[in-house]
Amino acid sequence: MTTFHTYDAVIVGAGGAGLAAAIDAAENVRTAVISKIYPTRSHTGTAQGGVCAALANVEEDYPEWHAFDTVKGGDYLVDQPEALVMCEEAVETIYELEHWGLPFNRTPDGRIDQRRFGGHTRNHGEAPVKRACYAADRTGHMILQTLYQQCVKRNVRFFNEFYVLDQLMTDGRCSGVVAYELATGELHVFRAKAVLYATGGSGRMYKVSSNAHTLTGDGQAILYRRGIPMEDMEFFQFHPTGVYKMGILLSEAVRGEGGILLNGEEERFMERYAPTVKDLAPRDLISRAIYQEIKEGRGAMPNKDAVWLDVRHLDREIIEEKLPDVTEFARIYLNVEPTTDLVPIQPTAHYAMGGIPTDVDGVVVTGEGSTPIPGLYAAGECACVSVHGANRLGTNSLLDIVVFGRRGGKAMTRFCKEADHPDVPEDPEGFTGDLLNGILSRDTGENPADIRKELQETMFDLAFVVRTEEGLTKMLGILDELQARYREVRITDKGKLYNTDLMETVELGFLLDNAEPTVVAALARQESRGAHWRDDFPQRDDVNWLKHSLAYREPDGRVRLEFKPVKLGTYVPAERKY
Amino acid sequence: MATDLGDVLDSSDQRQAGGSDKVSLTLKIRRFNPELRGDESWWDEFTVEAEPNDRLLDALHTVKWYHDGTLALRRSCAHAICGSDALMVNGQNRLACKVLVREIVPKVTVEPIRGLPVLKDLIVDMEPFFAGYRSVLPYLINDEGDPDRERLQSPEDRHRFDDTTKCILCACCTTSCPIFWGDEEYVGPAAIVQAHRFIYDSRDQAAKERLQILSDKTGVFRCRTTFNCTEACPRGIEVTKAIQDVKRSILFDRF
Repeated sequence: MTTFHTYDAVIVGAGGAGLAAAIDAAENVRTAVISKIYPTRSHTGTAQGGVCAALANVEEDYPEWHAFDTVKGGDYLVDQPEALVMCEEAVETIYELEHWGLPFNRTPDGRIDQRRFGGHTRNHGEAPVKRACYAADRTGHMILQTLYQQCVKRNVRFFNEFYVLDQLMTDGRCSGVVAYELATGELHVFRAKAVLYATGGSGRMYKVSSNAHTLTGDGQAILYRRGIPMEDMEFFQFHPTGVYKMGILLSEAVRGEGGILLNGEEERFMERYAPTVKDLAPRDLISRAIYQEIKEGRGAMPNKDAVWLDVRHLDREIIEEKLPDVTEFARIYLNVEPTTDLVPIQPTAHYAMGGIPTDVDGVVVTGEGSTPIPGLYAAGECACVSVHGANRLGTNSLLDIVVFGRRGGKAMTRFCKEADHPDVPEDPEGFTGDLLNGILSRDTGENPADIRKELQETMFDLAFVVRTEEGLTKMLGILDELQARYREVRITDKGKLYNTDLMETVELGFLLDNAEPTVVAALARQESRGAHWRDDFPQRDDVNWLKHSLAYREPDGRVRLEFKPVKLGTYVPAERKY
Repeated sequence: MATDLGDVLDSSDQRQAGGSDKVSLTLKIRRFNPELRGDESWWDEFTVEAEPNDRLLDALHTVKWYHDGTLALRRSCAHAICGSDALMVNGQNRLACKVLVREIVPKVTVEPIRGLPVLKDLIVDMEPFFAGYRSVLPYLINDEGDPDRERLQSPEDRHRFDDTTKCILCACCTTSCPIFWGDEEYVGPAAIVQAHRFIYDSRDQAAKERLQILSDKTGVFRCRTTFNCTEACPRGIEVTKAIQDVKRSILFDRF
């Protein structure tokens, strides 16, 4: 039995971006937040190190310096006016979080304390600057908790453990979503004037990943299946310091507080790659440097496939007070005592710079001319504004979710106040019903776990830190085959109650639909820029490739690429040195 | 220094080399599935191969993905921050992603956390837990109007409530509390921890209301100081101490 609901605004996902949007929307229009997990389980909570804003509490700083770093960090693929908006609004947004109770660490005079972070510099690259506001090494946890608390205060209506599986469109306008209720197996149609996707990243397409099991690119794939493109999917960030073999993130804050990287010969190798900022270079540079050290035989561990993170020289007090969680991860998952031992790390799949194309108000836009789609919004990691360009700077993801979540919430509120309710299409839940019944009805076929494992392992091999035409072409062939096998997938749980077997299998389909545009766009882009490194095209090529990619799904299932120009501004693309 | 890491390196290396150090782990899991077997719960046993440094969560995934797809559990981040996978492991409340296989071989018993209605296998109804959370006004209350910049707070004042900001609402504490098992009206340790986080925040003005709520018959005086909550907390929060702080404030601060 399908249940029908009517709201003005529906927000899909309850991490930082979704909750930030909900606070504004729920105060003004009838709002529902639909989340496949309880809001406090969202992956925002695992962000550790900080959120940057030029408060200048500790050192001289300006939003413009922050914007420059963001543009340079993104290897000039950033849309510059958008980056300036983010860095300017950062300041008031951080104050707002503080007013809502976020327990930031404090300076001796009681202001929000700030620390260094990779790629954030004073006066356009002179030296590292203290810009990251933080709450120990659980900044994301405190942002998620604070935003959720504000939603509880405002009595926001949550539908927890409801999976949105389809977007409804009527005459080119958003008219609602279809969701699956995990507890009952029933479908729900939510009529809405506006829908905002805040479903997070897709890092589970890689084997070694910092991402939660639930980060399967849902929003991106749902809209992709409805003809909306994915932007800049070839740019996926690999964070240099993941727990060896497991991928759990060890925050950049470790290096912000003075931790350094050593190769297997215990040499501080980053001095060779980034003489000015060294271990605080952006993530793409460090991940590649690690790859290079390993490739040239200077890796650590018996297999020489890791490097060391070294904090032995730091004050105990800094380690225990400012980095307690990171320290605990090393102790629990590696059985290493970081105060006396070196910690083995390796790059881990971390963040999708690409995603659903939006403007600066979260409005989803499509095509070379960025045509807005009425009523459709996206914010956070699933979206691509683009403020991160080819490589996101550390802390800018938390900033992105609070700034653009809030802007998206305000924009959808304005839209809902003006717009009427479109009718939903006929048989609104038909597509979703077919999707689920297709999986449920098959009694023989492929185990989804095998497909997922192969996807994650091959993506990690062939579409990771360093890419080649040969590898990407091979990966495309593998994806073709995995998609074919996925069409024959079978599960064992045929029930309606908490059928997580079914939902994991739907998520696998979303992952495959994220991986394909990623690989197609990576194969097309014959240059190296930011996180996208092609061994066969090792130079950045601004003449041919200073442009965003847009990947569309064609009716026959193939991926079609379009391109749109980067919005430039004050900063002229220059060689990127640190 | 590298040689000092001998043990870790060995196991990691062998993992890389093809899992020669794999161990056999038997999981005895309490099952419940009204669609299959009505109201009766039952035990299932599965034996899987695992690395000593794998998480219990990884072993549960092996069961689910390769032995019985109907096994239902919640999980997300897999590194003890999201709070989804609180389970009773060998009789103690733990996060499945924070228990390593080497701690539990050769056999482990896994059950849902206690005191909340079981819905399917290891999944319990979290609504009563979150209702307790909501009852303590878990948000900053300050009617003075917001300044242009941040409110000032000394590092000492900030430190006063640091411990209780770590709470991830996993429910390990509340569902380890014998009082909570016997009395669903009791708000439970987690809700008190959340209240504590605001009561002792120098920026908050609603301590009085929260202490009033917690002095009620469903509040802190239900606590019998068994310390189960403190032992169960995967974040290392001194839960019992937080409850005692609140009791003391109610008794002596004369709010």
